[in-house]
Amino acid sequence: MIHLTGIEKTFLVGDETVQALSNVDFTVQKGEYVAIMGPSGSGKSTLLNIIGLLDRPDKGIYTLEDLDTTELTDNQQASVRRNKIGFVFQFFHLVPRLTASENVELPMILSDVAPASRKMRVEAALSSLGLSDRAKHRPDQLSGGQRQRVAIARATIMEPDVILADEPTGNLDRTSGIDVIRILEDLNKKGMTLIIVTHDPNLSKRATRRVQLADGKISIDSRSF
Amino acid sequence: MKTGDVIQFSTRALSGYPTRTFLIILAMAIGVASVILLTALGEGARRYVSNEFTSLGTYLLIVLPGRSETTGGPPPLLGQTPRDLTLEDALSLTRHSAIRRVAPITVGSAPVSWKHRDREVTVLGSTDALFEIRHLSMAQGKFIPAGDPTRGEAVCVIGYKLKKELFGNQSPLGQWVRIGERRFRVIGELGKKGQSLGLDMGDVAVVPVASAQTLFNTSALFRILVQANGRDAIPRAKKTILTTIRERHEGEDDVTVITQDALLSTFDRILTTMTLSVAGIAAISLSVAGILIMNVMLIAVSQRTSEVGLLKAIGAPSTQILRLFLAESAILSLIGAGFGVILAFLGTWGLARVFPKFPFTVPIWALGAAVFIAIITGLLFGVLPARRAAKLDPVDALSRR
Repeated sequence: MIHLTGIEKTFLVGDETVQALSNVDFTVQKGEYVAIMGPSGSGKSTLLNIIGLLDRPDKGIYTLEDLDTTELTDNQQASVRRNKIGFVFQFFHLVPRLTASENVELPMILSDVAPASRKMRVEAALSSLGLSDRAKHRPDQLSGGQRQRVAIARATIMEPDVILADEPTGNLDRTSGIDVIRILEDLNKKGMTLIIVTHDPNLSKRATRRVQLADGKISIDSRSF
Repeated sequence: MKTGDVIQFSTRALSGYPTRTFLIILAMAIGVASVILLTALGEGARRYVSNEFTSLGTYLLIVLPGRSETTGGPPPLLGQTPRDLTLEDALSLTRHSAIRRVAPITVGSAPVSWKHRDREVTVLGSTDALFEIRHLSMAQGKFIPAGDPTRGEAVCVIGYKLKKELFGNQSPLGQWVRIGERRFRVIGELGKKGQSLGLDMGDVAVVPVASAQTLFNTSALFRILVQANGRDAIPRAKKTILTTIRERHEGEDDVTVITQDALLSTFDRILTTMTLSVAGIAAISLSVAGILIMNVMLIAVSQRTSEVGLLKAIGAPSTQILRLFLAESAILSLIGAGFGVILAFLGTWGLARVFPKFPFTVPIWALGAAVFIAIITGLLFGVLPARRAAKLDPVDALSRR
C-alpha cells in the first residue's frame, strides 16, 4: 500500500548539507504494524513526515494506494492527509482554546461533514476511548494520557487507512503510555495500518515489523509473526 | 470547510485572546468613527453655508448698474458714467419665460418718525415681488400690495427693531409715520430674519419703489433682484437680462449680473474638497488601525504556529489556512467598523446637542465608505500575516511547541 522507491532527502543545517534519507526503498502492506527505530538524526521522523505527506522528498517516488503522491498539488495532498492519514504526535498538538470534543471535530469540519453527524461521531469516538465525561474539558484540564487519547480520537475520526505515530508515548508516564499503545494496537487489529516511530525498545518489540534506520538508510528490517 | 465553520473557528480564535481582540476593535472603531465624524462636520459646514445662501433667496440674480471689468485691460481714462438702471428697465425684464419675479430696489437713508420718536433707518423701495424673492416673513399685517409699480402708494412695512423703537408694545398697523418729507401708513411688520445681503432687515422701512424714488428724488435703481424660473433657467435668465438691458441702453453693456448660484457652487466645491481632504486625513487613522491589525495578526500567527502545523497535518490546504486568518482580520475590522459607526452616531448626537444651530449630518456615502475602507484595510493588512501562516512548513511548525 505504501511504496517508496529511491527516496532522498537532504537538509541544509547552517553551511552543511545533512543527508536525512539516502536512497530509501520501503514498502508497507495494508494492516501492518511497523515500528521505526533509530538514534536521533537517523532520519526516522523525516521518513514518517514523507509518508504523511508533510514533507516532500528531493528524489524518488512515493505511491500511496497506487497514487503517485509526488505529482499531487498542495490541495490534493491535503485531501489525502484528510482522508487517508491520521497523525499522532509526541506533544499531542491539541488546539488549546478548543474543548476535547471540538478538537476531535476539527478534521470533520475541514472535510465538510454535516454538523449533525459530526456531533454523533465525536460522541462515539470519545466514549469508545473512555473520554465521554471529558468532552467539554479544554486540553489544559486533561492529563497527558487523556490528551493523547483525544489526539488519537482526532486522528481516527475520518477513518484513515494509515496511522502515523511519532513517539506517541514519549511524553507520557508508563501506565498511560501502555494505555495509548493498546488503543493504537486495537485500531491496527481492526485493519488500520500502524506506523510508530520510537526509540523505546520495549515498544518496538510489540510491533510485528521492526525497521532500524541509521544514517538515512534502512539497516535492519525484521518481521515477527 | 464551510463558511459558517470558518466564521465560528475564527471567532473562537479571537475570543481566545480577549484583550488583544478588544484593543484592535477599539483602534478600528476610533478610525471609522473619526472618518464618519469628520465627514459629518465637513458636510455640516457645507449645508450651513448652503442654507445661508438659500435664505438670500432661491435662483437669485442680482443686476447692478455699471460694468465690472473682469477681463483686464486698461481702466477707462475718460470718466465713463454708466447709464442708470430705471424702473422701466426692471419692468421690461418681467416679460421673459426664464424669469419668474423681478424686484427693483431703491435704497436710501431717511429719518422715520412717529409722534415725537424718530430714527434714521435704511429705506428700501421695492415691489411685492421682494417678499417672495428674499423669503421674507411677516410678524403682522401685510407686505406692500401688488399693483402698478409706477404708482407710489403711501404705505410702508417696517422691520421689527424699528417697530420696537417707535411703537414699543403698541400695534403699528394703521398708524401714520413720517419718512423724510412724506407720510406713510404702516400696513405690516416684518418677521425676524436677521442679516441678509449685508442689510439688517430688522432696521428698515420698505415702501413702494415709486414712492422711494419720489422720496429720494431719483429715477435710478440701486439694483434689480431677479428670480429665475428654476435652477436650469439661471443661465438663460442671465443672458436675457444682458440682451434686454443692452437693447434698452443703446447697445451698451453697462450692467453686471451676479448669480447667487455661481457663488454658491464655488463655496460648494471648496467645502466638498475640504470635507474630502478631512475625511482623507481620518482615513489615515484607519490605515493605522490596519497596521495594528497586521501587527497583532503576525503575533497571532507566530503564537499559533504549531496550531497551523496541526491544521495542515490533519488536512487543511494552505488556501484554507489563508482563508481562516483572513477571516479573523475581516471579523476584527467588521466588528470594529460596527462599533465605529455607533461611536460616530453618539458623537454627532453629542455635538448636535452642544451646537444645535450647526446642521450635523452623517452622509450615507461616508457611512458606507468608512465601513468599506475598514474592511478593505483589515483584509489588506491581514493578507501578509495570513500568507505567512499559509506558507509555514508543517514539519517546522509542528516541531515547535
